[in-house]
Amino acid sequence: MAELNYGLSELAQEIRSMMREFAQTRVKPVRAELDENGQFPTEILREMGKMDLMGLYIPVEYGGTFEGDSLPNLIAVEELSRVCIGVSVSYAATGLGADPILIGGNDDQKKKYLPPLASGEKLAAYALTEPNAGSDVSGMRTTAVKKGDTYILNGTKQWITNGGEADIYTVFAVTDKARGARGVSAFIVEKGTPGFSFGKKENKLGIRASATRELIFEDCAVPAENLIGREGTGFIWAMKTFDVSRPGIAAQAVGLAQGALDEAVTYAKVREQFGRPIIANQGLSWMLADMATQVEAARALTYAVVRTIDSGAKDYSKFSAMCKVYASDVAMQVTTDAVQVLGGYGYMKEYPVEKMMRDAKILQIYEGTNQIQRDIIGLALNKEYAAAAR
Amino acid sequence: MHIVVCVKQVPNTTQVRIDPETHTLVRDGVESVMNPFDENALEMALQLKEKHPGTQVTALTMGPPQAEAVLKEAVGRGADQVMLLCDQAFAGSDTWATSYALSRAISQMAPPPDLVLFGKQAIDGDTAQVGPGVADWLNLPCITYAYGIEIDGGMATVQRSFEDGYETLEVALPCALTVVKEANVPRMASLRGKMAARKLTIEPTTAAAIGADPDKIGLAASPTRVMKIFSPPPKTGGVMWQGEEPAAMARKLVEALRERQLI
Repeated sequence: MAELNYGLSELAQEIRSMMREFAQTRVKPVRAELDENGQFPTEILREMGKMDLMGLYIPVEYGGTFEGDSLPNLIAVEELSRVCIGVSVSYAATGLGADPILIGGNDDQKKKYLPPLASGEKLAAYALTEPNAGSDVSGMRTTAVKKGDTYILNGTKQWITNGGEADIYTVFAVTDKARGARGVSAFIVEKGTPGFSFGKKENKLGIRASATRELIFEDCAVPAENLIGREGTGFIWAMKTFDVSRPGIAAQAVGLAQGALDEAVTYAKVREQFGRPIIANQGLSWMLADMATQVEAARALTYAVVRTIDSGAKDYSKFSAMCKVYASDVAMQVTTDAVQVLGGYGYMKEYPVEKMMRDAKILQIYEGTNQIQRDIIGLALNKEYAAAAR
Repeated sequence: MHIVVCVKQVPNTTQVRIDPETHTLVRDGVESVMNPFDENALEMALQLKEKHPGTQVTALTMGPPQAEAVLKEAVGRGADQVMLLCDQAFAGSDTWATSYALSRAISQMAPPPDLVLFGKQAIDGDTAQVGPGVADWLNLPCITYAYGIEIDGGMATVQRSFEDGYETLEVALPCALTVVKEANVPRMASLRGKMAARKLTIEPTTAAAIGADPDKIGLAASPTRVMKIFSPPPKTGGVMWQGEEPAAMARKLVEALRERQLI
């Protein structure tokens, strides 16, 4: 198949072929079952760990294989997502949980918590959202009060991906209510810490293989050494994490949309009506053409954003938001169109596209709704043009 | 423990086509892979290595220079050493001569292996002779069609699988096993393994280096003579019913079977 030249490194190409084969042979045969039963892909992630695929974003000195190129990890997410984003989110959410440690953690924290994530022995999770604090972090109610050499956590986190399955949690809590966003701190909390428990597993529309649970903290004492950075820096870690993780959501979207396009074109070539394959109808082939163009444009934007981040750019929030919002809107459109191309079959669970359409919706919601992404882009434009006018 | 796994490079197809003129395998345009049953044998070795720390796994193959690809694949999955028997003198060896050559190579290895594993057969030739052949040359007990193994204190407990049942045997090490597909799901190569394999230079081992008797290797020493190889004619005929109600088609099928007095 003809491909655009994205100048992929040898490692990125190797990862792409490994993950493509892995997704086809290990994930595709079980994805419908994992979706139907809402079953966590424990075995799949364990095998990925053995294949050194869980540490693509973790630097070599902490047991991973990252040496400055973020594309191998992004492409791993994309290829896994092409087959199932319920599985890929479980993979990517570990990276999300690890990011605050990578960005703001000290060497001891990195040495202790990153190697078992790189080997796949443990998973991580990122706990920011609360019932009253979604897009607006100022509604955060979870508190952390310093007591001796511990912090006592109280409160509830909601809709936490990998909740219950992960061993290492990055938890955001208010240490100084008077200071608003500057009063939020980030902590590393290990599963099994007394006072830390889980609520029920959520029953979701899509990404059903992934585990989404409530985290409950009741006088949970966390060692003070597990504070990431200083008190009051939590919000910075949260936002910096999103700046690097949003291209990962874009990669999920690109992979998912590519998977839906694959299904739609394959079907349109074999489905015959009125004596010819339906792809021979212009109305349908133009639809496929638009889908393919959107997928490639989303991929190009996403890769370009990641290259910009890797190049050491200082301010890239706008671009991270752009690739997230664009690719996830494309994924929603392309998966919906794929169901349309397959018609009645597309609506049935015997075919994979209905799942893809259900799965796509979350991409427009999590890691900042697409409305929030547009806010970020709009704010950046306002600021940049004001600066230019001066 | 030292485990030797014999692997073979084969064309990647379960439907090997044969040139109707020359009666040889059509290899053009067909990708080469590790024989699928050998993948199960290698996986068995790697699982034993995980269970018994300190175990060394050696992958051994005989073939043309490009056969080193299967050895690199084995290293990618976790094999510790490899040996490529590659010499013009081996060319055209049948199963008897191949078994001899492999047995010579294995008998030169240090430390001597505790276990020699093979796939139950190769998907190109389908003879299933080389495993037992090597075992015979090395004078090792051989258990064919193995799907499970436990090792404890110099003894192995091996499960065998047949079409009509299972058998559990106990055998003293060293021994040889041929492994069936049901044994396991072969792992895929790891990223670090692939990187290590890419850097690896595999020096071919010659017939002289393993002290092989020139009268026992190659085409001239091979007692097998292929009289004829052919693709069976494709099945023709048959009756197809489609598009009707399933019940109506089922009735037709029953009638047809009754007519032929098959039911």
